[in-house]
Amino acid sequence: MTDDHGGDVRLTGIAKTYGSFTAVHPLDLTVPQGSFFALLGASGCGKTTTLRMIAGLEEPSAGTVRLGDQDVTRLPPYKRPVNTVFQSYALFPHLDVFENVAFGLRRRGIRSVKRQVGEMLDLVQLGEQARKKPHRLSGGQQQRVAVARALINHPKVLLLDEPLGALDLKLRRQMQLELKRIQTEVGITFVHVTHDQEEAMTMADTVAVMNAGRVEQLGTPAGLYENPRTTFVANFLGTSNFIEAGVDGRSGADLVVKAGGGRLTLPADRCGTAPAPGGTILVGVRPEKIALTPAADAGAVPEGRNRITGTIRDASFLGVSTQYVIDSPVCRDFAVYVQNVERDPRLVPGAEVVLHWSPAHTFGLDAAQDAEAGVEEAA
Amino acid sequence: MTPFVTWLKRNLVVLAGLLTLAYLLLPNIVVTVFSFNRPAGRFNYEWQEFSTDAWQDPCGVADLCGSLTLSLRIAFWATLGATALGTAIAFALVRYRFRARGAVNSLIFLPMAMPEVVMAASLLTLFLNMGARLGFWTILIAHIMFCLSFVVTAVKARVMSMDPTLEQAAQDLYAGPFQTFLRVTLPIAAPGIAAGALLAFALSFDDFIITNFNAGSTVTFPMFVWGSAQRGTPVQINVIGTAMFAVAVLLVLVSMAAGRRRTRPKA
Repeated sequence: MTDDHGGDVRLTGIAKTYGSFTAVHPLDLTVPQGSFFALLGASGCGKTTTLRMIAGLEEPSAGTVRLGDQDVTRLPPYKRPVNTVFQSYALFPHLDVFENVAFGLRRRGIRSVKRQVGEMLDLVQLGEQARKKPHRLSGGQQQRVAVARALINHPKVLLLDEPLGALDLKLRRQMQLELKRIQTEVGITFVHVTHDQEEAMTMADTVAVMNAGRVEQLGTPAGLYENPRTTFVANFLGTSNFIEAGVDGRSGADLVVKAGGGRLTLPADRCGTAPAPGGTILVGVRPEKIALTPAADAGAVPEGRNRITGTIRDASFLGVSTQYVIDSPVCRDFAVYVQNVERDPRLVPGAEVVLHWSPAHTFGLDAAQDAEAGVEEAA
Repeated sequence: MTPFVTWLKRNLVVLAGLLTLAYLLLPNIVVTVFSFNRPAGRFNYEWQEFSTDAWQDPCGVADLCGSLTLSLRIAFWATLGATALGTAIAFALVRYRFRARGAVNSLIFLPMAMPEVVMAASLLTLFLNMGARLGFWTILIAHIMFCLSFVVTAVKARVMSMDPTLEQAAQDLYAGPFQTFLRVTLPIAAPGIAAGALLAFALSFDDFIITNFNAGSTVTFPMFVWGSAQRGTPVQINVIGTAMFAVAVLLVLVSMAAGRRRTRPKA
């Protein structure tokens, strides 16, 4: 990566309102040059509107859009050095693949396009299809034409609006890797809008989770997953279990909380602003961090681990792993994913179990939030 | 079941199609055949003998080619005017939300629904009251008027089915508003516009009622045919009809061939 900041996208206080409806609340966002940035959220969260404001297809109600040092807020789309891959691809039906890809070059008055178009079609492996009309290509091929048509202009930023939404699952996985490969190869800033959390995590270096017109949290995929700061993020990215607990006090760098007569500890620095003793907190833990031990072997659980007891209500065998739903006095519907390395035959519905996990894998959230936020949207 | 009934069942659709086609084409065949007739009297209603006299001298009848030229001129300008105006109206109706949009949408169909003879008489009243001199211009104005609705209908259908993100994509790819219209909007709307234009040409060329009311002393081709039918029909009328039919068929064949060439990949 270079020191060139021409491909930085800097949104300052950008907002969009339609009448009385606020699609995007004032929002500050910086996408560094050369990064693969994902805007992740459910439909209607304002992510596409944000993208379209960068493209110039939507005029912001307030705020500024900067590309590098240039303020492009008032520039029409055809004067911005950005290109978009549309959700529907929007390939020109009356032009063949070659002319679709050459469109941007020709509009900028470039005469000899043959070599460039040829190279670009090779990059997306469509050299053979140059003279076909878009409707004769498969969905995946059309998608690649749309990418090629945008990339050939060497935009400072490539905007992708749910580009894989229309593809079937297998093709989507394949295209995710393909897009990632292309991004690494060309080094252009990619801003990718998606509602698919797996897609965002697979492809992006940085993910901004959006909800109701605001950015809930921004970070690396692993950072967001391990350290969600809101229940929405915790539920939208994967699954989380929450236990409502009373704060007892501190023990070194750890916070000690009480839940259903038991004690749990968690690192104080994973609680955001840790509440004072006597306050309440939502203690969160991801299903795959938890180990299950039959109640009879409770003594074998190592000291120092967080533990709660419960009854297995349901077990679904998924091959690689087994997903358990556990009823516990402190939390109904506790989800636990166990890798099928050595399956304990006693872990069947109805069995009494001890759930235990490392305190380091525990995070704390403000108890004033809805613990179910984002569950529906992620489904 | 007899083999015949089985055969009939299997080929019923084909048979019905062929019969319908014959029904459609029979009048054209009669026109063509009688263009090679040498009638005994003044009326070309009975087959006498084969002759190419009329084909060798299509303008041999007084005023025929003059009226034909006039009709073609009127049809050309009416098509141009109606297509330009109708395309603009169609785009406005589909793309923009304005106050009178609903009203315009239904009013545009009024000329189609109005009985033509009533329209013709009313137009004449209007022209006379305005003190207009009847002739080429009154005919042209009338033709543009009644062709408009058809053009609007044809173009509107096409524009409505157009994906608006295509134009956004063009803008995103450095095409300004004019380039976007020229390179994307217009080519995609072209089949609708072409259909509207063809319809307008055909309607204008063979309109008789409205033209007859508003022509004054000017004589168009349909008026000439009608007038001569009173006194005797020259074979040249069939020659002109056959020639027009041939040109139309030729155009269709050419466009079909062009379409096939465009979809076939260049190896």
